[in-house]
Amino acid sequence: MKELLILGAGTSGTMMANHLVKKLPKKEWTVSIVDQYKTHYYQPGFLFLPFDIYKEDQVKKVGKKFIPKGVNYIQKKIEKILPEANKVELEDETLNYDVLIIATGSKIAPQETEGLLGPLWRKDIFDFYTFEGALALRNKLRAWEGGKMVIHITEMPIKCPVAPLEFTFLADSYFREKGMRDKVDITYVTPLSGAFTKPTCTKALNYLLEEKDIKIKTDFAIMEVDNDQKQIVDYVDKAIPFDLLITIPTNMGDAVIERSGMGDDLNFVPTNKHTLQSKAHQNIFVIGDATNVPASKAGSVAHFEAETLADNIVLFTKGYKLKEEFDGHANCFIETGGNKALLIDFNYEQEPVHGTFPFAKVGPLKLLKESVFNHWGKLAFRWIYWNMLLKAIPIPFVGRNMSFKGKIFDIKSD
Amino acid sequence: METMEKIYAGINVDCNEEGYLTNLDQWNTAVGLEIAKNEGIGMTDKHWEVIAYLQDQYKKEIPLSIRKVGKSGVVSIKEFYELFPNGPLKISSKIAGIPKPVSCI
Repeated sequence: MKELLILGAGTSGTMMANHLVKKLPKKEWTVSIVDQYKTHYYQPGFLFLPFDIYKEDQVKKVGKKFIPKGVNYIQKKIEKILPEANKVELEDETLNYDVLIIATGSKIAPQETEGLLGPLWRKDIFDFYTFEGALALRNKLRAWEGGKMVIHITEMPIKCPVAPLEFTFLADSYFREKGMRDKVDITYVTPLSGAFTKPTCTKALNYLLEEKDIKIKTDFAIMEVDNDQKQIVDYVDKAIPFDLLITIPTNMGDAVIERSGMGDDLNFVPTNKHTLQSKAHQNIFVIGDATNVPASKAGSVAHFEAETLADNIVLFTKGYKLKEEFDGHANCFIETGGNKALLIDFNYEQEPVHGTFPFAKVGPLKLLKESVFNHWGKLAFRWIYWNMLLKAIPIPFVGRNMSFKGKIFDIKSD
Repeated sequence: METMEKIYAGINVDCNEEGYLTNLDQWNTAVGLEIAKNEGIGMTDKHWEVIAYLQDQYKKEIPLSIRKVGKSGVVSIKEFYELFPNGPLKISSKIAGIPKPVSCI
């Protein structure tokens, strides 16, 4: 029997287990999956927890429930990958593999910024990229009486790159609904040169920042947090004061990648951007946040990657050439507050544009335009995630590669 | 993305709306020098070392950040700001003929 081993049972790992148990012949292949944690989180839900839009039990479930019968599920810590020996060391046993899929994800690394994990951490400084962080922020916001709110990104890449902006829009709505928007000063701080960095998006969406009275500070590369003065400071001593700081710390791949010597300086694994084969080892494939491909780190990207990767694993096991198929396709909802959202659909080459999705004219979802329908789409997605996406059931009419159907190229430069 | 043609150092190059080259193959040192002049940067050997590093990372499709440049061994972050004041990465990317760092939107 040959062994296919998946490291990580998050979104990507679970999808791959469901794909491959159907596609690899049972008489030849054993599929195993390893994760140290019992709980599977719906990470897009973390955005809604701080605002009491979602409850705790809506964003977590027991992960094993989503691993199909026929897949060997191992709940243990992964210590080290030994690619030259085709082995993986767990906390108390060593596994052999013929094909390995790395799906170990990415996480925040607040320790990378001086002063972030200081006395103000989870008192006046919060993240919402973890379950615990989102809950702590929820509790803070319930009682907060106002002041300077600063939403801040440390450096790119981060997973779900639009989430900080969504958080900002939702915060504006949250305080308006509470009748205290005039008591809050909201500033969005980014290391990039704008809140929006694509010309189409700047033109289509800049009104949101003005309408919601959101101040922007760009080109800010944080050096440290000054806990005494309650400000974030950059490398040329520019300081931004805050009463409440919501930060997205540096994102890094899992520590096991560093322990195994397989990643770049952020612990992401060098991966072929079209085939998803690792660049260093033929029988190792990488998916989701763990890769270094220039696609967004997002669940929808992992879903589209999984469809190509499943085919490529089958081809690889049969000794055929891999398909250079994955195009960086991402399809993401963006909450804009007030029960509205917009949808963007793009890939490595094509930036977000106007149009309808997935059908031309009929839609029903609008691209790059706010609508209530899009907002319901985002909320409905939670059901799709638990009941279809994780189980590798294809989403009707939405292909793995970006389609030009329904796209309208009407945003021109001045 | 809209492209337009610009002339730097007598050479036609394709640029985006913000003046960033859209094809690194069209770049040469003379082009880089003229963009630098427009940005108010007087280029020294150290400046060119940084430019070479940025172009190398871009060709390898490795995304750049200020911290990463600071850890590159080519310059420290403070030096990077001294060489290219006020938004070092977006200015040096322009001079290097590579896109400025962007997000998905």
